[in-house]
Amino acid sequence: MKTKTGVQRSKLEATFRYLLLSFVAITALIPAYIMFAGSFKTQGEFLKSPFGLPLSPNAAGYRAAWTDNFPNWLANSFLIVTGAVIVTEVLAALAAWGFARFPFKGRETILGIMVSLMVVPPVVLLIPLFQLGVELTLISTLRLVILIYVGLMLPFSIYMLTNFFKSIPESILESASIDGASSFKTFKSIVLPLSGAPLATLAVVNLLWAWNELLLALVFLQSNDKKTLMVGITGFQSRYSLDIPTVMAGMSIATLPLVIAYLFGQRFFIAGLTAGSTKGE
Amino acid sequence: MKLTRVKSEAVGVVSRQRPARSSREAFLWIAPAALVILFIFGYSVVTVLIQSFRYDGDWVGFENFSIVITDPIFLTALKHNGQLLLAVPVLITLAFIIAIALFETRRGMRFYRSAVFLPYVLPIPVVAVVFGQIYQLNGALNIFLKSVGLDFLAKDWLGDPAIALGTMSSVIIWKEVGFGVILMLAHIISLPNETYEAARIDGAGFWRTHFSITRPAILNTIVFYGVIEAITMVSWVFNYVYVMSNGLGGPGNATMVSELYIYRSAFQNKAPELAAAAAVFLFIATLVLMIAFFRIQRRSIAGTFNK
Repeated sequence: MKTKTGVQRSKLEATFRYLLLSFVAITALIPAYIMFAGSFKTQGEFLKSPFGLPLSPNAAGYRAAWTDNFPNWLANSFLIVTGAVIVTEVLAALAAWGFARFPFKGRETILGIMVSLMVVPPVVLLIPLFQLGVELTLISTLRLVILIYVGLMLPFSIYMLTNFFKSIPESILESASIDGASSFKTFKSIVLPLSGAPLATLAVVNLLWAWNELLLALVFLQSNDKKTLMVGITGFQSRYSLDIPTVMAGMSIATLPLVIAYLFGQRFFIAGLTAGSTKGE
Repeated sequence: MKLTRVKSEAVGVVSRQRPARSSREAFLWIAPAALVILFIFGYSVVTVLIQSFRYDGDWVGFENFSIVITDPIFLTALKHNGQLLLAVPVLITLAFIIAIALFETRRGMRFYRSAVFLPYVLPIPVVAVVFGQIYQLNGALNIFLKSVGLDFLAKDWLGDPAIALGTMSSVIIWKEVGFGVILMLAHIISLPNETYEAARIDGAGFWRTHFSITRPAILNTIVFYGVIEAITMVSWVFNYVYVMSNGLGGPGNATMVSELYIYRSAFQNKAPELAAAAAVFLFIATLVLMIAFFRIQRRSIAGTFNK
């Protein structure tokens, strides 16, 4: 009797769980569906049945979006993200090794302060950096934006890699230093080859952030041919307010690289996003 | 346990013998990154502080601050950031429920997990534009509500000042909840099996087990997530608001937030000094959250070094 009620209860619970998860999954997926489906519809079709499948799919929206400035914006986004992610990776790896390997006074405090910088609102940094950019005539150059992105991504990157480098067993490193390897050589030939997964994780997390960043790109990239995709599509909406399929096509183009990266690198996404919270317990 | 302690003491001895060399080397490794960080953060924060006390190159004391703090629009913006904070407990509760549901589920878990997490990956500008369409007066949500006979629920979600901010926070919740789910799920999975054994023997039910065992066991992750989301609500909502209100914070000032106020003061109203003063206020607010964050992180950093 007792086991029976237990079984019934767990069945009920399972049903409830699947209902809940299905509801959550549908809620999570439906906007993306509306976007992709809508990008192949006509304006009238979109307004009448936003949830329906595109009955006579047409790519007019994509053509319109693509002949706008899209290729240009896409290229800018790629350049900025690639540049910023690579530079961050190198600087963060060097610094993290410094923190992880060499004990010095105040190490924890310095690292702690650096890590806390993660939460400084970018809008606080905006005004002085913009004025400096104007003085140095660096507004609407990709260089300045890359530098700022690197600065903003470094704190988390250093923190994550320090945690990882700390976890490399001392014995592996000691054998190298007995062999007379310099610390740079140890770093290059032992530490880096071991760090493939965390470096990939970090690259994915930073890529996600830099690709999606709007505020700084909006302020620092003002000429139309230097805009990133996110800045471009923000203005896109108001320009094509009477042509929603084109807007949705533009949004789909902006999303696609990320969704592909997500599907292939989900493991790294998850590892990277949990790295900040569960380490060191 | 004992072994690791002996080992870390041994490391300590070595480092005491050659501290000078060790810190000089550390400095070389850290310097390039430190220079960039000092420039981006150090230079900016100091400059914005100085600027908030000046006008047209002259020292004006606290004048900028008193102008900003008596500006009803800035006060409205601050109030809205405060109201957005109310979404944090909602986020925590939802994320926790979804995380334990995922944890208990075997079949289809990977699919559900990918689906739940997808919104967090999508670009905010894209999310904001798509939801902007969904929430139109003749948009997808109202079409859906009318088709299931809930006409009375159909509203002008973004056009009605009374509910526009609530609509905005629903989008933020939609996007941010996946992050919490992933954080909590990762922690729950890493809990040792024995955690649940006692409860199973007691025959404790699903909800009781998770409320009284899982919740305290992952408390630090919950707190971490809460702090991160609080920071988001105070200082990272610009993207949502800017895109969904076409850069205006409207209707009226119904979705004005402090970041947008600073942005508009600096770049639309050409009053960088006032923007700087408002930025200092925002920075102080974030500083409070930052101290909370620092304490949590420091504990875990210390933990890392003592391992």
